[in-house]
Amino acid sequence: MICLGIEGTAHSYGVGIITNEKKHCNVLANIIHTYQPPQGGIHPREAANHHVTYADQIIKEALTHAHLTLPDIDLISFSQGPGLGPCLRTAATAARALALTLNKPLIGVNHCVAHLEIGRGTIPACTNPILLYVSGANTQIIGFAEGKYRVFGETLDIGIGNCLDKFGRYVNLAFPAGPKIETLAQQGTTYYPLPYTIKGMDVAFSGLLTGAQQYISRHKPLKDICYSIQETTFAALTEVTERAMAHTEKKQVLLGGGVASNTRLRDMVKTMADERHAQFFVPRKDLCIDNGAMIAWLGYVMHIHGHTMTIKQSKINQRYRTDMVEVTWYA
Amino acid sequence: MPNNIIYQGAEAILTKTTYHNLPAVQKQRIPKSYRIKEIDTPLITYRTKEEAKLIIEARSAGVPVPLIYDIDQKNGILLLEYLSGPRIKDILNNLENSVLETICQKIGKNIAMLHNHDLIHGDITTSNMIYQDTQIFFIDFGLGSKTTELEAKGVDLHVLMEAFESTHSQKTHCFSWVMDGYRTHYTGKSKAVEQKIHEIVKRGRYR
Repeated sequence: MICLGIEGTAHSYGVGIITNEKKHCNVLANIIHTYQPPQGGIHPREAANHHVTYADQIIKEALTHAHLTLPDIDLISFSQGPGLGPCLRTAATAARALALTLNKPLIGVNHCVAHLEIGRGTIPACTNPILLYVSGANTQIIGFAEGKYRVFGETLDIGIGNCLDKFGRYVNLAFPAGPKIETLAQQGTTYYPLPYTIKGMDVAFSGLLTGAQQYISRHKPLKDICYSIQETTFAALTEVTERAMAHTEKKQVLLGGGVASNTRLRDMVKTMADERHAQFFVPRKDLCIDNGAMIAWLGYVMHIHGHTMTIKQSKINQRYRTDMVEVTWYA
Repeated sequence: MPNNIIYQGAEAILTKTTYHNLPAVQKQRIPKSYRIKEIDTPLITYRTKEEAKLIIEARSAGVPVPLIYDIDQKNGILLLEYLSGPRIKDILNNLENSVLETICQKIGKNIAMLHNHDLIHGDITTSNMIYQDTQIFFIDFGLGSKTTELEAKGVDLHVLMEAFESTHSQKTHCFSWVMDGYRTHYTGKSKAVEQKIHEIVKRGRYR
C-alpha cells in the first residue's frame, strides 16, 4: 500500500510518500519546503500563504522522486493538528482535493503522535519508547500507557525551540536560532548559572530566557551564554525524560522534533540511556523535523487498523492533544 | 545489581541497610555524567539538604514521613527510616472503591497539612506514597520547596492530577476524593487553590 502524507502544522510544508515493507516503513519520498520569515518569527498567515504557493509543486516533486504518478497512491493522509490554524487548513484542503479527485480514502492524523510512530516505523528495534519530542512549539515527554499515548511531562510555558528562537531574536541571530546557538555553544567554556526548572516531570523555560537576557545586558560573552543555555535546558529535558522512563519502567528512549538535530542534546540523552542500560534511538534528520513521511506513515498505520474518516470529519483541530488519540494499533 | 538495592529511581539509588540495628534506607543521589559538574554538584547538594529540611518540617506539620537518621550533604546521602509497606502506585488499581475513597481522602489531608505550612512536595505521584499501618507516608521531597505562593500549591496538586490520568486512567475519579480531603483540612481558601488548578490545566498546550 502506498500512502501520500501532507504536513502543514507550522512553518514547514512537507509531502511524503511511504509504503510498507511488512510491518515497517519504507520512505519513497520526503520533500520539505520551509517558510523563512524575512525577519522575526512565524506569522501564521504568511506561513499559510507560503504553503499555498508551494502546495502542488511539492506534491509533484515528491511523486517524481518516488517514480510514481497520482493514480499509484492508495491513501491520502494529512496533519489534522495541533498547529497553526491557517497552515493546517492549507494542508487539509490539499489533502481533501487529492482524495476527492483520485477517489481514494482520506485520513487526518495527530502530528505529535506521528513524530513517535515514524521512529517505531523506521527503526525496527524501537518498539516501546519514551519519546522526548522537542521542537519549536512542542516539548513533550510521551509514552504509551493504558491505550493511549500519554503526555508524562511537558513544558509549562514555552517550547524549547521557541526558547532558543526568542533568545536568538534578542541577540539578532536569524530564525531558526537553534543551529547558530549550537555552534556558538561549542566555543563556550564558562558556565553562567541559569534557572533549572523542573516540576514533577514538567519543565519551564521562561525564567531561564530572562536570566540569559540579563547576562547579555551585563555584557557576558555570547558563546558562554549559549553554552550555559544549552547545558541547563538540555540537562533539565534529559532529567525529566529519565524520570518518565523510571516511572513507566520503559527501557527505550526516542528523540524527535527539530531540536533533536542538536548533537549536545543527543549526547546527553544517549549518556543517560547508556547509564540506565536503556536503548537510545533517533530517526534520520529529515524524519525528525516536521515532514510528510511521518504523516503518511501514521495515516497508513491507522488505516490498516480500521480508522476511517469522511470529508465532514476531516475538520482541522488546532488543539489536537496527543492523548486524544485512541491508539488501537500498539503492539 | 546487588540484592540490597530496593529501587533505582531516576536520580537516586535506594539501598536497604541498618542504623544502630534499626532497618534503614540509604538514599544516594547519583551524579549524572550527562550534566556538567557546575550544574550537577550544586543540584545534588541542594536537593539533599532541601529534602532533609522538608521531611523534618512535614513531620512537625503532622504528615507521615520517614524519620531521618543521618545526612551527608556533600555526597548526596540521606539515611532514612525503612518503610516496609507497598507503594500506592502498586496497589491503587486493585483497590475497592470504598477503601480507595478513604485512602484518597487521606492523601488529600496530607497535602493540605503540607500546604497549611507552605510546604510544597514538588512531585506528588502515587510512586511517592507508601501505605503502612493505615497511614499514607509521603516520600521523596527532592523537588520540594517552601513558599506561600498559590501557584506552587496549584502545581503541586496538578502533578498528582496528571499522575492519575497517565498511570491510573481508569481511576481518575480518585482526584476528586483527594480534593474532598484537601478541602476539609486546608485552612486557607481551598476555592482559590482549585481555581488555580483549573487555570494551570487551561494554560497547558492545546487545552
